[in-house]
Amino acid sequence: MKQIVVISGKGGTGKTSIVSALSSIGPKKVIADCDVDAADLHLILKPTIIDEHDFISGERPSIDLDICTQCGMCVEHCKYGAISDEFKIMLEKCEGCGVCSFVCPVGAVSEEPRNCGKWFKSSTRFGTLIHAALGIGEENSGKLVTTVRTASADAGVEEEAELVLVDGSPGIGCPVIASLTNADLAVFVAEPTITALHDLKRVYELTEHFKIPSTVIINKCGINSNQETEIKAFCQEKEISIAGELPYDLAFTKAQIAGLSVVEYDPEGLGAEMEVIWKELEKRLMA
Amino acid sequence: MQIAIASGKGGTGKTTIAVNIASFIDSLGVKVSFTDCDVEEPNAHLFLNPAIKKEMNEHIPVPKVNEDACIGETCKKCIELCRFKSLIWMIDSVMVFSELCHGCGLCELACPTDAIGKGERMIGTTSQGKSGNIDFTKGLLRIGEAMSPPLIKAVKEISPKAEVNILDCPPGTSCPVVESIDGADFVVLVTEPTPFGLHDLDLAVQLLDTLGQPYGVIINRAGMGDDRVEKYLSDKNIKLLGSLPNNREAAIIYSDGGLLYDSIPGYKDELSKIWDSIQNIVNEVA
Ligand code: SF4
Ligand code: SF4
Ligand code: SF4
Ligand code: SF4
Repeated sequence: MKQIVVISGKGGTGKTSIVSALSSIGPKKVIADCDVDAADLHLILKPTIIDEHDFISGERPSIDLDICTQCGMCVEHCKYGAISDEFKIMLEKCEGCGVCSFVCPVGAVSEEPRNCGKWFKSSTRFGTLIHAALGIGEENSGKLVTTVRTASADAGVEEEAELVLVDGSPGIGCPVIASLTNADLAVFVAEPTITALHDLKRVYELTEHFKIPSTVIINKCGINSNQETEIKAFCQEKEISIAGELPYDLAFTKAQIAGLSVVEYDPEGLGAEMEVIWKELEKRLMA
Repeated sequence: MQIAIASGKGGTGKTTIAVNIASFIDSLGVKVSFTDCDVEEPNAHLFLNPAIKKEMNEHIPVPKVNEDACIGETCKKCIELCRFKSLIWMIDSVMVFSELCHGCGLCELACPTDAIGKGERMIGTTSQGKSGNIDFTKGLLRIGEAMSPPLIKAVKEISPKAEVNILDCPPGTSCPVVESIDGADFVVLVTEPTPFGLHDLDLAVQLLDTLGQPYGVIINRAGMGDDRVEKYLSDKNIKLLGSLPNNREAAIIYSDGGLLYDSIPGYKDELSKIWDSIQNIVNEVA
């Protein structure tokens, strides 16, 4: 079983559209959506949820105002400014570090396991999907991504799938690092813009750091040939292969509005190009 | 006035709009300061091309154990209490995995012998400069560093305060965004008229409703998709500040890092309308 993680550094390069297109072709697979902050893949894959799990991470403190003497120790020592002047805990800012309960002289702070969101195992027309929804304003997306990654690898083994296809997290921080765990190949989706090139360089450093082989799909070709040249020059310099180039095409948006992958929406055109790209990715996986 | 530009997900054109609003307001003669809070992938400098004058390394405090003072095996309080597993017992001393440390200070508070002192870990850099009249500040997270909020905080602290401060926020709805919009007088949410755009907008709306901060929405690339975002906004009674057009010309100028407000027809008028609405709302709230 091989694992491919599609990433892009910055959002909006068409990563999710490409993942949904790849979902609809290729071998038997398990799909994972690691963009837990703003998961969109389900809008195309329209999953039927089979299992639902709470995602518990860390501690949720609360202050019992009947016990609290308003001494202010907790406010003073909380490094994250998560306790208001009225001694209420603002969970959006709380790291669950336990300092408040440690310093409270009267034991007014209690803690409960913190429910930070949910993760799901679902069936879709393209295979099993593991996805998640981080609670609003919750942190620890890295841990939730790890949960999704582990569950998708397990499902892949269990179903004897040939492939785990992962829609990676955006950025270069802990969620994307977690998405890349055990990847056999990282696929960068880059568009020919000055910002995308900048982000591609950052995210490439990351895959290098973790020694993960990588390849590039250039999306939205045709808007800026200079930037396309720049991307290619960068890839050549770093010896990153280019698995495919896709045109700037409204069919991607139209497919999204129709709730379809672009392979389903435009099988002859972009669909055929995606098939070619899949063949290229397969070659790199076997290499 | 502090205005944060945010969006549920990346790629909706948040940075484009932030730099264009900033440049537009600057062209009106208003003193503007621009802060790029997207420290994972700062991009605004590619459009504003600031001359950077000052660069600084930023650190967060992490514990440093003084082995002579530590009573060791019989204690291990710090190790037991650390919630982030950043301290472990190795052979005969306390070892700090500073990468995992959140800098909460619990170990230091808990140590009975004051054996824990202050070390530091570099989390990234901040830089500051000028783009024309605009004061410009950004941060850059060190590759492999997982904690961006402390760097975002540092970036916000060092950015000079002007009449209008524009904050370009990171994407998403988790802690980095919460840190970025903290203290903003108004939040502008940027979205696209597509199913993905709507879904992510809804998450951002839920976050702002939780935080209780005033906000409005700009539809970017209007005309590329359908009208579901507009329907959502009117159903929820959310202020639509304005719509900026989608066209190939804009995509081309953007791809080279160009500004749109003075080169795409209609863009400036729409921005001017948007700016008026923001001012009205902020003044009403104040
Ligand atoms: S657990 Fe830590 S971050 Fe949360 S309120 Fe208490 S001291 Fe602050
Ligand atoms: S430390 Fe305890 S008693 Fe003091 S203000 Fe905080 S909760 Fe109240
Ligand atoms: S709490 Fe202090 S004395 Fe105890 S093991 Fe840790 S460093 Fe040593
Ligand atoms: S400062 Fe907090 S997170 Fe860091 S080692 Fe000490 S207890 Fe752990």
